[in-house]
Amino acid sequence: MKRFIGFIKKEFYHIFRDKRSLFILFGMPIAQILLFGFAITNEINNVDIAILDHSNDVETQKIINKIKSSPYFNVENQIQSEREIESEFKKGKVKAVLIFEPDFSKNLVTKKVAVIQAVTDATEPNVANTIANYTAAVIQNYQLQKKQATISQVKVDVQSRMFYNPELKSVFNFVPGVMTVILMLVSAMMTSISITREKELGTMEILLVSPLKPFQVIVGKVFPYIFLSIINAIVILLLGYFVFKMPINGSLFLLMFESILFIISALSLGILISTISDSQQTAMMLSLMGLMLPVIILSGFIFPINSMPMPMQIISNIIPAKWFIIIVKAIMLKGVGIQYIWKETLVLIGMTVFFIALSIKKYKIRLE
Amino acid sequence: MSIKVQNISKSYKTAKAVKNVSFEVNRGELFGLIGPDGAGKTTLFRILTTLLIANEGRASVMGFDVVKDYKAIRNSVGYMPGKFSLYQDLTVEENLTFFATIFGTTIQENYDLIKDIYIQIAPFKNRRAGALSGGMKQKLALCCALIHAPKVLFLDEPTTGVDPISRKEFWEMLKRLQQKDITILVSTPYMDEASLCDRIALIQDGQVLKIDSPENIIKNYNKIIYDVATKDTHALIHDLKNYPSQYSVNAFGEYIHYIDKESDFNTKELQKYLQNKKHINIEIKQAQITIEDVFMDL
Repeated sequence: MKRFIGFIKKEFYHIFRDKRSLFILFGMPIAQILLFGFAITNEINNVDIAILDHSNDVETQKIINKIKSSPYFNVENQIQSEREIESEFKKGKVKAVLIFEPDFSKNLVTKKVAVIQAVTDATEPNVANTIANYTAAVIQNYQLQKKQATISQVKVDVQSRMFYNPELKSVFNFVPGVMTVILMLVSAMMTSISITREKELGTMEILLVSPLKPFQVIVGKVFPYIFLSIINAIVILLLGYFVFKMPINGSLFLLMFESILFIISALSLGILISTISDSQQTAMMLSLMGLMLPVIILSGFIFPINSMPMPMQIISNIIPAKWFIIIVKAIMLKGVGIQYIWKETLVLIGMTVFFIALSIKKYKIRLE
Repeated sequence: MSIKVQNISKSYKTAKAVKNVSFEVNRGELFGLIGPDGAGKTTLFRILTTLLIANEGRASVMGFDVVKDYKAIRNSVGYMPGKFSLYQDLTVEENLTFFATIFGTTIQENYDLIKDIYIQIAPFKNRRAGALSGGMKQKLALCCALIHAPKVLFLDEPTTGVDPISRKEFWEMLKRLQQKDITILVSTPYMDEASLCDRIALIQDGQVLKIDSPENIIKNYNKIIYDVATKDTHALIHDLKNYPSQYSVNAFGEYIHYIDKESDFNTKELQKYLQNKKHINIEIKQAQITIEDVFMDL
């Protein structure tokens, strides 16, 4: 036990004396979560639009005022003809133009139908789509108010309600995703690098010719990173909770348990990488290409798994991160207990055991 | 018998590193493996420290088989690899404490053994190992290899890249350790260090050429070597090589070591020959034979 403690102490010296690993350990998680939370978002705010009002009557003025007062849009200017639309878009500031047909109020009364056309700049398709939806929402809202005033006819209206994330805040998706990426990166990459560093510097040779058992060396190498990864997970959750108002509806204890399970599975992957690479560079490339990319692309963090082609969906099943993201979202947003996520948990446990067994089998007690 | 090597052979993918090597090291002996880079010294060390498995042959350390009883060997030997292999980002004291801890001991417990060496690096005990000079690094590495009081010490080229004074000190330390009943197997490419060992094995291209004490190796050398010097060394080498009865010509410091084939070789004839070749300041005298001369002739 004394040997083990001595070994861990040495590991902490390594970590705290290396500015680069300190930065990866603590700087990156915070930077990433803030970046994803603030900068990379699907929400729109203060989009500049232009209005082309052919009728210029009471109703159109009311709708325009309504739009002006919403936080999503900023009416940049009023244009006079269709010909100006393109030149507005080309200037780049205006992202959408709302066109009211002539005789808007009259049509609304006589034909019961009046048309507003939303023309959007689709060079950024997602933004364009979102603007169109938001516009529709604002006008629907106006209609609703109007209808309440004059109950004239029965009309079936589909109203959707978003459960668990009513405002469709993208940060609710990013916090679990970033947490997964960070834990994977810190755990797998850092351990594989720290083990291969011993190989590269030749100290592994001395460690092998010592009474330390392989098991003790591995656990000693990995232990500090378990500890640091848990701190990282907590920091990310605190940032999510306090800065981005991400709720934690489920049990915090269960969340921590699942996080530790995921950390251990990532660490065992890191050990596995270190057994097959001889240099720190190889270990880093393997971790980045072999782990980070699949984690980002195939875990459902950024691209929904359901809309992937079938082979990709099948491959995504072997990515531990996929299961962890499902678990974290379920606990944090739906507030479910273990009875709803035991299957995912079991998959994660199975993977962890497999990776640990494989890396112990692959660990070399000699130099070749 | 502390170390026993029997017909060991080891090949890597492309090359045969060690070919049918056998030797024995007695208890308390300071045994040197002498040979140039690439002779197979490091491979032999790694086989004996259980880091590599030989393709053929058997070896044992303190009676433990290097393959079967590798754990017992790892518990009891001290090993200093060729490359400086301590933690550069840890201080001198932290390195030593770490190695003491993993061997289940403390610095205090075996301080006697390392005292002579440690007091030399003690003034720098709070300095990171990476910032030490070459000689200091070697001393620290030796301390770390000794901290658990091993019965057998493996030192793979401990003095490579170390200044001459530190090298001399290092060998004095080894002599003192030997007195404490520690068997030492040391390798070096420096021929001058060979004479400091009790016995040496001359090794080249993975083969042992000769095993004996340095004195015997020199004593049993049956050729006479002459130191030859003239003003123009470059021309001298050329002319000596063209001398009809020359056996070998090797530059050796300020002299050329010359060996003749004939038993009735006469220095006067050589002198005359060199004078004819317009050499001046000619000096010819019988040389002290060194291990290097023997090695060159093998």
